[in-house]
Amino acid sequence: MNAKGLVFKYGDNVDTDVIIPARYLNSSDPAELATHCMEDIDKDFVKRVKKGDIIVAEKNFGCGSSREHAPIAIKAAGVSCVIAETFARIFYRNAINIGLPIIECPEASKGIEAGDEVDVDFDTGIITNLTKGTTFKGQAFPEFMQKIIASEGLINYINNK
Amino acid sequence: MTQKILAAAAGLDKVEAGQLIEANLDLVLGNDITSPVAIKEMDKFNAKGVFNKDKIALVPDHFVPNKDIKSAEHCKCVREFARRNEITNYFEVGEMGIEHALLPEKGLTVAGDVIIGADSHTCTYGALGAFSTGVGSTDMAAGMATGKAWFKVPGAIRFVLTGKPAKWISGKDIILHIIGMIGVDGALYKSMEFVGDGIAYLSMDDRFTIANMAIEAGGKNGIFPVDELAESYMKEHSSRAYKIYTADEDAVYDETYTIDLSTLRPTVSFPHLPENTHTIDEIKAMDDIRVDQVVIGSCTNGRLDDLRIAAEILKGRHIAKGMRCIVIPATQKIYLQAMEEGLLKTFIEAGAVVSTPTCGPCLGGYMGILAEGERCVSTTNRNFVGRMGHITSEIYLASPAVAAASAITGIISGPDEV
Repeated sequence: MNAKGLVFKYGDNVDTDVIIPARYLNSSDPAELATHCMEDIDKDFVKRVKKGDIIVAEKNFGCGSSREHAPIAIKAAGVSCVIAETFARIFYRNAINIGLPIIECPEASKGIEAGDEVDVDFDTGIITNLTKGTTFKGQAFPEFMQKIIASEGLINYINNK
Repeated sequence: MTQKILAAAAGLDKVEAGQLIEANLDLVLGNDITSPVAIKEMDKFNAKGVFNKDKIALVPDHFVPNKDIKSAEHCKCVREFARRNEITNYFEVGEMGIEHALLPEKGLTVAGDVIIGADSHTCTYGALGAFSTGVGSTDMAAGMATGKAWFKVPGAIRFVLTGKPAKWISGKDIILHIIGMIGVDGALYKSMEFVGDGIAYLSMDDRFTIANMAIEAGGKNGIFPVDELAESYMKEHSSRAYKIYTADEDAVYDETYTIDLSTLRPTVSFPHLPENTHTIDEIKAMDDIRVDQVVIGSCTNGRLDDLRIAAEILKGRHIAKGMRCIVIPATQKIYLQAMEEGLLKTFIEAGAVVSTPTCGPCLGGYMGILAEGERCVSTTNRNFVGRMGHITSEIYLASPAVAAASAITGIISGPDEV
């Protein structure tokens, strides 16, 4: 499995309130949440994001609230993978549970810029910056995690077992 | 301490940091925002019903009384799920409160428990010596169905609190000071253990406030040793048996910080991160920071002690002209006690409004949304961009004492300045 797309780049401490503001949490519909994804940090994100694109951020991505609506909105917006130096722990769990691939890799976070084309190989954890011709080694996704992602989330994965 | 609780819940003699375990849960919690997503997942799940109708708590508190039609539909979804599954601890408007103030008050959380909640501030119950941590809706769904959750055992950071805090220094000043010191990811994935002789000077409400904001340092949980005060709180509120765990003399900590509480000053977190802290003395040396709104409430600071402190400062005084001051008792019981003690009268005479329990303004839901460029001093827990309204609005996190004083002067002020 792999992800490939153009990069949206953000800094430290991207919190769940800017990923999906609480004023939209009166909905739990993924498609509707996706239309407001990243709105308070990057109002053009929704207009520009294309299926397969990748978010790259720095430290503590997804900090704050436990709202699963945050990874749901990112996934429903078409994002194929999030790379960060570190993730906040609840976001990390939630992303895997809903089948959004995320990978911690400080070197990739530093070596990738907005607009770069990037490929992530989930089997090996190799992140390739196709624009700059550089590669980085993140942690490979264990088999069960790949299965959760392929099943589109933990619940389907358990049901399929 | 955390590791001992997790080992017991996993049926193991001992666990180590980094170990993956499956633990039995004593309580699974959800609210009106996270539960509907969990219920949708439960419907997909092949499991029949919930694992134990007495060990699930459903508390609509974020957007209730219902703020709009969509919120009403979410609450209806939770209500019907509770009815269908005969959930014992579903709390309707009128008996509810903000979840993290309500559950200890109802005696549903005691020392030694393992608790997950689909709300990041679930870490609050560590004040009673429980392991409790926030999760998302899918984990909540799996928890409701199976009564179990998997955890990676966290390493621990020890905070040794010594000395007696000065007047007006509350749990909020202590936790803001700590977050300012270690940063919003300073305790990422870790347990924050609070120990030391200074704890004896902290009320239960102070301890709830401190444990509540462990997540704001990235912590997995925050936890206090169980002393006589915690025991008497549990005896008063709960009929459940509790189990006290103590840290070993030779327990391993990743880091240890010592904080002399007697040196702390009223502390305020500036926009847009809880780690941007300044003491009131530093603020006095700055240009005046004008404030449009003050909020006193939330799962962090909506308890009786918080209201008493605010009322002590507001009594016989009036808030600044043009100021909006919103006071939100965290539970119906606190509301009633505040009424009986005359605190609500003090607030209303001072020009504040008093709301029924709700998370409302803390997360920019309703009941106090900020317009473009407006500033708020708030006793809540997050000051991220757009958290309480417009993305150019600003939130300054503070104690109830600083919030009340600022409401009177109209600029960010310490309690000694009024």
